[in-house]
Amino acid sequence: MKRLAIVAALAVLATLPLWVRGTFYVNIASQILLYAIFALGVNVLAGYAGLVSLGHAGLFGVAAYTGAKILTSGYGHAVVDMAALAATVAAAAVFAMLALRGTGLGFVMITVALGQIVWGVAYRWISLTNGDNGISITGRPRPFGLSLASPHSFYWATFVVFLTAILSMAVFVASPFGASVRGTRDQPRRMTALGYHVWMIRFVAFLFSGWWSGVAGLLYLYYNEFVSPQAVALTASAEALLMVIAGGTGTLLGPIVGAALVVVIKNVASAYIERWNFVLGAVFVIIVVFMPDGLVPGVARLARRVSVVLRSGPRMATTATRDETGR
Amino acid sequence: MSALAVRGLEKRFGGLRVTAAVDLAVEAGERRLIIGPNGAGKTTLFNLITGELRPDHGVITLFGADITRVPARRRAHLGIGRTYQIITLFPRDTLSRNVMLSLLALMPLRWSPFVRLDRQTALVDAARAVLTRVGLDHLAERPLAQTSYGERRRVEIAMALAQNPRVLLLDEPFAGLSIEERRDVLALVTGIPRDVTIVMIEHDMDVALDFAERISVLHFGEVVMEGTRTEVVAHPRTREIYLGE
Repeated sequence: MKRLAIVAALAVLATLPLWVRGTFYVNIASQILLYAIFALGVNVLAGYAGLVSLGHAGLFGVAAYTGAKILTSGYGHAVVDMAALAATVAAAAVFAMLALRGTGLGFVMITVALGQIVWGVAYRWISLTNGDNGISITGRPRPFGLSLASPHSFYWATFVVFLTAILSMAVFVASPFGASVRGTRDQPRRMTALGYHVWMIRFVAFLFSGWWSGVAGLLYLYYNEFVSPQAVALTASAEALLMVIAGGTGTLLGPIVGAALVVVIKNVASAYIERWNFVLGAVFVIIVVFMPDGLVPGVARLARRVSVVLRSGPRMATTATRDETGR
Repeated sequence: MSALAVRGLEKRFGGLRVTAAVDLAVEAGERRLIIGPNGAGKTTLFNLITGELRPDHGVITLFGADITRVPARRRAHLGIGRTYQIITLFPRDTLSRNVMLSLLALMPLRWSPFVRLDRQTALVDAARAVLTRVGLDHLAERPLAQTSYGERRRVEIAMALAQNPRVLLLDEPFAGLSIEERRDVLALVTGIPRDVTIVMIEHDMDVALDFAERISVLHFGEVVMEGTRTEVVAHPRTREIYLGE
């Protein structure tokens, strides 16, 4: 059943440009996928490692700005992609070395500061970043000679990268290293006593998270053909974190659902409602109140309850809910 | 050569001296009990031995090798295993997964991001064997959050035993257990082979005195008395500081 649902969802996503009319919604879908990749990267830390980062837009921006700078210097896309991702991983290593000096609130604050440094460079180092005006690029890459100029082709390219991201996440989560990362989230003291190098595990998880944030940053650059300080602002980091929290931390599907929710509200609701930020905030409040674990775990729990009600009547459903909550 | 020895071990938290020049030598295969009133520094001593705390002064040796400055994570690889007074396990995982994490800790496989953990049949079988050893194999796939306190105590011990430690530190393994559970855990601890040296902190004298061969009495961070059960129990100093007579 689960596999069938996954196959059906992938089939829907793979054929989306064929049955969605107009380029607007195809572009929205591309945005959802690239932000889903970003949220999956943030989820590695926030969900699996228990380290809440509010500076990941900095890494997203390092990839976008590095790509834009090298591209405008006349290099090809292959060089640009490799250099941008290398720069992002290097920046993630620096971020990790500094941020992992703290945990909890200390970690959050250091990542905020690091993200703000990147934003400060993007905004104020005008000779390097063109400041508030940002950097425009001309043209998207042509992997294997295939043009990504049209919204449809760009969507499919993003979909392939998205598939790679989610596959790598699935492998990571099920792996011994993934189990180690979750162990450092749940019981770091015990993990050390068992013989795990907790700091190094978190460091490697940070690099993995940074890598996918960088990939999303590059896709963002190619999608917009432009990057400005807005992409690396604190609000961008907060949005990515909200995607993860709204969808469900520590789940594979959660960040994707969260990304879809945020992108749709930002792009669709804003067309009808001037104060769309209010809608976004209200939706988050509702999620946090009624599904504190996030949409994906919340809906799964609701589905289980409904299933029990249909099979056994309301009394059993109450019992099942109590069992789930441990009360 | 002692399996575990500490010499002049001192630790201060600000102005509070928690351990004061502790000397302790535990022979290979020995069962040593450490007793003392609350605040005597027993758990701090364990934390110093496992490397969770750094001593201000003193030396710790494991089978003759100085491990005083060895990082805590390395000490598990050198053969020190421990349990915690306050149960410190992975509540979201099954019992089997808890033990697998313990086994994995000493294997290079722990760094692998490419293979599926649940398909490592040797590891899964080894975890099941450890759970069988502590009588919990029938609960292997149950989430830890759905087990009793006594079962979690046994999982604590299972995780320590899974690593085949040379020296096992048990921090109040009978705390909070019912009479039946204490009996089960005592049988489990008594059944640990002699190639494992055991140092135990315990307040339950009825159980612990039967188990230990030698007893060290800790008071205000100092070892004030050491000897056999008969010697320690009969000593007026022990009665004065520990039994309150």
